[in-house]
Amino acid sequence: MTHAPQTREAASVVVEFENVTKTFGAYTAVNNVSVAIRAGEFFSLLGPSGCGKTTMLRLIAGFEEPDANGGIVRLHGEVVNKKRPYDRKLAMVFQNYALFPHLSVEKNIAFGLEMRSTPKREIPDRVRKAMAMVRMDPDLFGRRMPAQLSGGQRQRVALARALVLEPSILLLDEPLGALDLKLRKEMQLELKHLNRQLGTTFIYVTHDQEEALTMSDRIAVMSNARIAQLGTPAETYECPRTEFVARFIGESNFFHGVPTERTTHGWGVATDEGTTFLVPNHPTIVKGQRLRIAVRPEWLDVFRRGDVPSDENVLGGTIREVIYLGETLHVLVQIAGGGTAAVAVRNEGQLTRPLTWKAGDEVVVAWKPEDCQVLEND
Amino acid sequence: MSTTARQRWLTWFHTRPSAQAAGLLAPGGIWLLWFFVVPLVVMLGYSFMPRNQFGGAVPGFTLEHYQRFADPVYVTILVRTTSYALTCTALCLVFGYPLAYAIARGGRWRNFLLFLIVLPFWTSFLVRTFAMIFLMRDTGLVNDWLIQLGVVAEPIQILYTPTAVMIGLVYGFLPFMVLPIYSSLEKLDMSLLEAAEVLGARAPSRFLRVTLPLSMPGVIAGALLVFIPALGSFLTSDLLGGAKQMMIGNLVQNQFTTARNWPFGSAASFALMTLVLIAVMIYLQVRDREEAAA
Repeated sequence: MTHAPQTREAASVVVEFENVTKTFGAYTAVNNVSVAIRAGEFFSLLGPSGCGKTTMLRLIAGFEEPDANGGIVRLHGEVVNKKRPYDRKLAMVFQNYALFPHLSVEKNIAFGLEMRSTPKREIPDRVRKAMAMVRMDPDLFGRRMPAQLSGGQRQRVALARALVLEPSILLLDEPLGALDLKLRKEMQLELKHLNRQLGTTFIYVTHDQEEALTMSDRIAVMSNARIAQLGTPAETYECPRTEFVARFIGESNFFHGVPTERTTHGWGVATDEGTTFLVPNHPTIVKGQRLRIAVRPEWLDVFRRGDVPSDENVLGGTIREVIYLGETLHVLVQIAGGGTAAVAVRNEGQLTRPLTWKAGDEVVVAWKPEDCQVLEND
Repeated sequence: MSTTARQRWLTWFHTRPSAQAAGLLAPGGIWLLWFFVVPLVVMLGYSFMPRNQFGGAVPGFTLEHYQRFADPVYVTILVRTTSYALTCTALCLVFGYPLAYAIARGGRWRNFLLFLIVLPFWTSFLVRTFAMIFLMRDTGLVNDWLIQLGVVAEPIQILYTPTAVMIGLVYGFLPFMVLPIYSSLEKLDMSLLEAAEVLGARAPSRFLRVTLPLSMPGVIAGALLVFIPALGSFLTSDLLGGAKQMMIGNLVQNQFTTARNWPFGSAASFALMTLVLIAVMIYLQVRDREEAAA
């Protein structure tokens, strides 16, 4: 989805992959990927382990170089395929922080400044500023060694060591993976704020879909060395292009059938169970060719047979289980003729207004035709 | 022992950590006490004993054996011993560090290379030292090659020179330098080097600012493991150095064997031990200072 006009976008691209391929022996880590990352955006590379997201980051950092004839990597418009990391003038936060264990916090942060020949008298000031930026007291922590810090504090030092260089691009390799949930949520917001405040392009590798949805301007969902889908959090969550994306980001119910007739609003699809439902128009639908749709649990509703609004798609079944999740309840419905559908129901308070559904109830699962996504093949 | 008595005894044992520690310490402790501490005390006693006119030690107390170290002959031996050990340690470091570095980065060759380092230990040091005589003597392989390559016309004297002793010492102790340095380099987290590289450090800075400081524990351990046995070595200087390259180890050996002067031999042993203790104290100082900095 392009919101900005083409010319402005082209001018603000800071990282560009053009048909980039990277193989390690027989293993293809990145397969013919093209992507453009814009100045100042928070860009996430999201995917399961082994999908190639870390290799993408390492290609940007310069630790890896694309295969011969394996495409082009550009930074600020310049081809950097052969350029070593120390010449790329970007910054990176590593998964295990990679703080120098023999140097104090101050010296860790000053390391990059010294390497880039910053005038000596500027260094202490910039180190203090960087520590303040990540909300660490320079007087309290400056002289400590990394081993004397908690995981969260090390994380902040690693971030300060990168930010002190005032990079235009900051690479982050699953930096919050080792933190506990509460600290992680806190850091997510802080990172997001730093991204806004500094105008630095953040390129963030994660396998945590929630993290990616929370922080990103755009997410590249990766699978099998390729980008399966590229879009805003809302686009990737609400319009997953493939079954992989629908499964990886959030939860989904999958139904399938054969499109039989085209109506004014979409297509009529015949299920194996003998019922029909409607799906919206989609360029990939071919009459007679089996298709798959995904519906998010929160867009499904449970009704007693006969209470369903007339314009909704329905599937009959029996409630198998009700699962308490806190904010929501998941009603698991065994669909007649196969499959289970999870329906998310808002928790109105089980102590005051308990849900009337219980296991064994005969119900129908219903959704509005426009609330389903037609999936392309992976 | 009945079952209950045995159980009671086991319970008693398991609830007393000090009894367990004693049980673990006893076998090795008794061994060391009997075969190390006792002989050491005996030798200390000997080093203060006067000698009768036939050279045998007799009860009494004298400092004359220690005072003999003021004699320039023995001062020379002490200085030579220390400088050989220091030079050997320095050379082992110069040759050993790159070797250890290459092995640690050796990928799939790593285990094979380590095997090669350890391989010489399969043969006795004595046999290997004799082999070095064959290499270094006037009609040895080294001189043959030098003459055939036209580097020299006449065989050069290698054997029975300080150079020969140094070659022998470095050859013998190199593995003790390589192994600890290798083990500290092998533990080095590669992501630290990547972090340094992104921060702008080229290869020389990465080595000087990250790799070297983090491998210092290995360097210090290796230096001690080479320096201490080099101080006490006598075989190499005896076989490759001849009479002119006497080290303190040779002095001790001679006093106990041919010279039959046990008190002076004991005093020389304690002089050697003093040198070792000085080295260890310096090491402890350095380590404490590093830990205080850390």
